[in-house]
Amino acid sequence: MPRDPEAMQAGTLSRRAVLRGGAAVLGGLFIGIELPAGRARADEPQAAGAALSAFVHVPAQGRVSLIMPAVEMGQGVYTSQAMCMAEELDVGLDQIEAIHAPPDREHYGHPIFYVQATGGSTTTMAWTEPLRRAGATARAMLVAAAAAEWSVPTSELVTARGVITHPGSGRAQRYGDVADRAARMPTPADVPLKSPEQFRLIGTRARRIDTPDKVVGKAVYGIDVRLPGMTFAALTASPVLGGKVEHVDEAPALAMPGVRQVVVLDDIVAVVADNTWIAEQALRALDIAWSPGANAALDQAQLWADTETAATGPGVTVRKEGDATGKLAAGALVEAAYELPFLAHTSLETQNCTLHVHDGACEIWVGTQVPGYAQAGAAQVLGIPPEKVTVHNHLIGGGFGGRLEAGPIVTATRIAQKVAGPVKVIWSREQDIRQDMFRPLYHNRLKARIENDRITAWHHRVTGPSILARWLPPAFKDGIDSDAIDGAAEPPYALGDMLVEYVRHENGVPFSFWRGVGPNSTVFSVESFLDLIARKSGADPVALRRGLLQKNPRARAVLDAAAAKAGWGTPLAASAFGARRGRGVALMHAFGSLLACVAEVAVTDGGDVRVTKVVVAADIGRIINPDTVVAQVEGGVVFGIATVLHNRITFAGGRVEQTNFNDYRLLRINEMPTIEVELMASTEKSGGIGEPGTVIVQPAVANAVFAATGVQLTRMPLDASLIARSV
Amino acid sequence: MKRKVILSLAAGAAVLGAAALGLTGWMVFQPGPYAFATGKPIPLSAYHGPSPTGVPAELASAAPAARGAYVAAMADCQACHTAPGGKPFAGGRAFVLPFGTIYTPNLTPDPETGIGKWTDAQFLNAVHRGIAPDGSHYYPAFPYPSYTRLSDEDVLAIKAHLFALPPVKQANRPNTFGFPYNQRWLMAIWSALFNPNERFRPVPEQSPEWNRGAYLVEAAGHCGECHTPRNLMQALDQRAKFGGGVAEGWTAYNISSDKISGIGDWSAQELASYLSSGHAHGRGVASGPMGEAVELSLSHLTKADIGAIVTYLRSVPSVKGDLPALAGPAPATPKLARIDNPVGKRIFEGNCASCHAWTGAGAAREEAQLTGVRAVNDPGGANVALMILHGSGGPTPHRPYMPDFGKVYSNDEIAAVTNYVTARFGTEPSQLTADDIARLRAAN
Amino acid sequence: MTAISVNRKTYEINATEDTPLLWVLRDELGLTGTKFGCGIAQCGVCTVHVDGMAVRSCQMPVGTVGERAITTIEGVGETSAGARVQKAWLDLEVVQCGYCQPGQIMSAAALLAANPDPDDEAIDAAMAGNLCRCGTYVRIRQGIKHAARS
Repeated sequence: MPRDPEAMQAGTLSRRAVLRGGAAVLGGLFIGIELPAGRARADEPQAAGAALSAFVHVPAQGRVSLIMPAVEMGQGVYTSQAMCMAEELDVGLDQIEAIHAPPDREHYGHPIFYVQATGGSTTTMAWTEPLRRAGATARAMLVAAAAAEWSVPTSELVTARGVITHPGSGRAQRYGDVADRAARMPTPADVPLKSPEQFRLIGTRARRIDTPDKVVGKAVYGIDVRLPGMTFAALTASPVLGGKVEHVDEAPALAMPGVRQVVVLDDIVAVVADNTWIAEQALRALDIAWSPGANAALDQAQLWADTETAATGPGVTVRKEGDATGKLAAGALVEAAYELPFLAHTSLETQNCTLHVHDGACEIWVGTQVPGYAQAGAAQVLGIPPEKVTVHNHLIGGGFGGRLEAGPIVTATRIAQKVAGPVKVIWSREQDIRQDMFRPLYHNRLKARIENDRITAWHHRVTGPSILARWLPPAFKDGIDSDAIDGAAEPPYALGDMLVEYVRHENGVPFSFWRGVGPNSTVFSVESFLDLIARKSGADPVALRRGLLQKNPRARAVLDAAAAKAGWGTPLAASAFGARRGRGVALMHAFGSLLACVAEVAVTDGGDVRVTKVVVAADIGRIINPDTVVAQVEGGVVFGIATVLHNRITFAGGRVEQTNFNDYRLLRINEMPTIEVELMASTEKSGGIGEPGTVIVQPAVANAVFAATGVQLTRMPLDASLIARSV
Repeated sequence: MKRKVILSLAAGAAVLGAAALGLTGWMVFQPGPYAFATGKPIPLSAYHGPSPTGVPAELASAAPAARGAYVAAMADCQACHTAPGGKPFAGGRAFVLPFGTIYTPNLTPDPETGIGKWTDAQFLNAVHRGIAPDGSHYYPAFPYPSYTRLSDEDVLAIKAHLFALPPVKQANRPNTFGFPYNQRWLMAIWSALFNPNERFRPVPEQSPEWNRGAYLVEAAGHCGECHTPRNLMQALDQRAKFGGGVAEGWTAYNISSDKISGIGDWSAQELASYLSSGHAHGRGVASGPMGEAVELSLSHLTKADIGAIVTYLRSVPSVKGDLPALAGPAPATPKLARIDNPVGKRIFEGNCASCHAWTGAGAAREEAQLTGVRAVNDPGGANVALMILHGSGGPTPHRPYMPDFGKVYSNDEIAAVTNYVTARFGTEPSQLTADDIARLRAAN
Repeated sequence: MTAISVNRKTYEINATEDTPLLWVLRDELGLTGTKFGCGIAQCGVCTVHVDGMAVRSCQMPVGTVGERAITTIEGVGETSAGARVQKAWLDLEVVQCGYCQPGQIMSAAALLAANPDPDDEAIDAAMAGNLCRCGTYVRIRQGIKHAARS
């Protein structure tokens, strides 16, 4: 895959901004433009009416079009973004239509990432203010147009539910009546925003706007796109990672009725047919000779060992306070290493992309978190200017980071380039897993010095690849991947003299962002290590953490809330799921949010673990839609439980050993714990909530298993054989 | 006193010795594989009916390559001589035996690592007598006591087929047998005792179809190697012919004409369907080694040859077994008070019910029917557990497919769901434990 | 040429008889509310009703459908149980990405049609074959109970 051109243009960007989620808004946001007329024949809403800004279009009749810079993949951002705009615009959520933004970095570039992307739990922290401003500005333009028509001062007009009223004269008109004129008005600067007490939408449990179509099967995901004359393609990559096609006899596929074409690329074989099933069967009928290439001997044990070796090599200092090295050399050490496996995204919507390449142009129908990368990647394959590539973005059937890469879109473009007419390329589940860009292996080594039951020195060394160096090169500064060390560099605790280091280690396995990103590894390790220290020093895990939070009352309040709600310290009742019981706690500060979690487990004699209850307390600052926040925590917890109990991608002979849901095990409804979520009232800046639930539950569960069995497992996922009663 | 002791010891030893001799004799002097049939076997050259050997009539004028491929499929060499995911016939497949692991050799014509330098005589000697070109003896994991009945012509047709394959350079892996099983010369004795070293002898009193079936079953298909129990000396116990055996941990069921344990109440049509497609309505799906036999061998045979096999099988006398009769339909409700197995139920409802349905009748495809299937009605439970561990078939259009669950479900979980399935859909529940599952994993 | 009845409408099908119903619905009939997720009946996103029973359409050859009535997410709202489940799903905001929800709703509607007041055990038995990667299980359970009461 080419280096992402959009990222390469990204100019200067403060790493700090990425790290801390600052709202440095780059690029003008409110230039009135006419978006390209939609040519999609898919059943997708299109922006309509006068464009007051890149975000607000008001038609003469009907719903206001609000353009969504962040894409909806279940996290509820179409509703929360719409709430921000509708709040200031003074329209109801029932009066708007959410429209997917096209690739257009100038208008929809992410205020933190610069490029156009949805991820990292940043939508609310990055877009709340720009979108409120867009709503307020559009309202001001509409009001100004009405005031001009009525020759009254704007201050005499009031707005509600898309109607402008002049109470003095009793005159009223709808936004649609003045929209054309408003669009020709100059864009005002510095329009004031509502104060929180004026909010009527933000902070309420607003009904989601994307779900009514979803429950009746009308919502159109990328995989659902239908175009006249469309064909369907199935594809396969080499079983051995990075292998190339050596030889393929196309005849067995071409002999099957309904098969149109076999497309052979250097690393991919695809069959194009009249429907997906025929394409898939014809693909299986092919006997493809692959040359395995350099990865033929790639083996999981070696991958673990290589990472461990790399972890002892030179690293980069991320944070240094005091003389941690010196103190640690003096003894009284606790030391441990925690290892996290490769993971697949396994969104239920497999990768897919529909394209029509024709006449020097390309149209793409896809659900993507990175429309700009999609456009640039396709343009590069086809050797055409990006503006010749139209991206029709769609709802995503689960992102989790899996749609933050343009790789599959580039692959589909390379196939579609050789196909006449529109073609939908669908990854089977097996190919979706095999061709995934995985959550990388991480290795965390921690050392602490304990003096008089106090931690006086702390050394955390994170070893793993740099996703940002590839994905957003300007954000990779001074050899530090700010994502990989997020959660290690600034833990919420006072830990004495500190040394935090990062070792960049890459092993040839493709890797990318995955729900929870860097803190999945760092928070897991820090929180596991604290429990190890607690066990060695005979301290209670909650008491130990409280002691380290004396200067962080916000974090301490969250920890206390979770502990109280979970009944920390009370005896656990017997469970039918397993005789050995345990409670575990964890705390995190990342994505601008603070969360504490208490998990309860039951462990069978054979070592099977059942999570029976999870309590989460969260202070995520000011909340747009509390119900969505709770849903994200619940969902993140489920995601994290499957991760810590079951999930891993492993390699043998260069092949990914997992294939489908029979060997990549997700949590089912009959394995669910009860989940309780407490949202702390907070007026702090909004943090993110898509990832934290996944991050926080993993160490809580691992610590609960530690408590139940006396065994701390350090390589995930949990291995039943190591905690079986007989061991 | 002393003398008395010695005498009695001697007497005891003599009795024991006689008993051992008798036992050995009992094991060695066995009836032939089709001695049950009325009539007197005669040399092939003296037989005047249609030839029971070679390819069927339809293929008589086919190209030699097609005929060779057919005979090779009849003998099903490929299944054992292909490693999982490996090149066909290149060997390397492991067989875990009680004495160690044996790896099948490379049968491709590579001159260094395969059989590219073998002469016809060497190949015949290997297949008929179990003797390698260097004079050493093969272990009877290689079923030469069956293959010895193949005609010279058919053996050489197989050789021609193998020599037409693309050579694969893949060195043979040594087996891991410890003493005394690593003493290959012992195999010469075994072979002298248990390999009759004689070609197929038809029985003129039986129909031509029966004789063809006998050749396919006893010489080429070597069905008894799995389906006939073995005696202490690891030879087939022909007195309990087709009474059931074990193959790589899988139970190879009784295929004698016993009505309860065997195939006595299967119709000819059911048998033909099962053998040629791996499935017969209500009878389940051929899986494990039998699945391979169907995929690589039986599904390639002509209808007439399948018919001949069925005719022959149905003539094999009943051997009583101890398996229960098949249970009837299961209730549609998930609630069954008599099964106290929450872990098994949890996994069944999550991973199994989608295809098999709560009734066990199959939700979307008849191949997924559990009720009435022998493996489910076997309180031993091994085949159900192995199905769950390893799955069956591949997601290809014309073969039933079940995914494997062994990689991420624990031994406790696999045992529980096996016991749940046999309790819910079978006559008698299995009582497998995690240790049993560990053993089954190791056997495969 | 096979004819099948989907949502009370008869369709002539071009696909071969061994084609799974899922791909006939999606690729030939354009009823894309029924989703593809795994192809091996492990995720449940392709669930439809066949004569009211929840069935994974990825495993059902279209040739075996015969006269039986197929109902998909696009048509289940016309049944009492389906409509109640859809409403409950919105009332409780069950849905996140929504990709698995057609399958969840079909399984839940079949459950409620057969068992108007399911307990937790019955919900497990009917719903455990439906995966949700977003993790909406807490609300799915609540949603079914809510629909049962409505």
